[in-house]
Amino acid sequence: MFHPSHFAAVVLFALFASVVFGITQRDTPRRMVRYGLYCFVLFVGSAIVLSWVMYFIAR
Amino acid sequence: MASSQNNRNQADGGFVYLPLIAGWLVPGAGHFLLRKWGRGALLAGSILGMFVIGIAMQGKLYAGAHDILDMLGFAGDLGNGLLYVVSRAAGLGADQVTQTTGDYGTRFIVVAGLLNVISAVDAHNLRTGRKR
Repeated sequence: MFHPSHFAAVVLFALFASVVFGITQRDTPRRMVRYGLYCFVLFVGSAIVLSWVMYFIAR
Repeated sequence: MASSQNNRNQADGGFVYLPLIAGWLVPGAGHFLLRKWGRGALLAGSILGMFVIGIAMQGKLYAGAHDILDMLGFAGDLGNGLLYVVSRAAGLGADQVTQTTGDYGTRFIVVAGLLNVISAVDAHNLRTGRKR
């Protein structure tokens, strides 16, 4: 069975979701790639920021 | 001009909901029917990858609705189309989530279903000429 770390799970989730969002929400290949990258950065970035927020709240 | 003509031609013949239904039953199939090979392959790879990883993480496949959250999870799982039916028939997926990765896996499976629905609707939009 597969037991990724929390961060690896976030990266995999962001990768797959961003590919689908990029292809379905934009018309041209160039804009698809840009939007996919934008979604990926937002997914991973927001997970990192929220993790730090929760870390400081818990202290 | 040529592009809009092409879209109109695509929208004229055949059963208009075929890409939508095919895309729901088999991830990427709606795009393959419309000869969008690259997009179809990427969508199929992403949705299949997410579903398989969810199963490998011992995620749960919802079998019925006992409360509102189960109902939402079940609806998301149904979005996977034949993947869900085949996996249920093969007895894949955990009955009960016993570890953290299993909980992640359950979400992966539900989100794979939701992404598959988005993908099928995109194939329908391509078919009707609403999208290029």
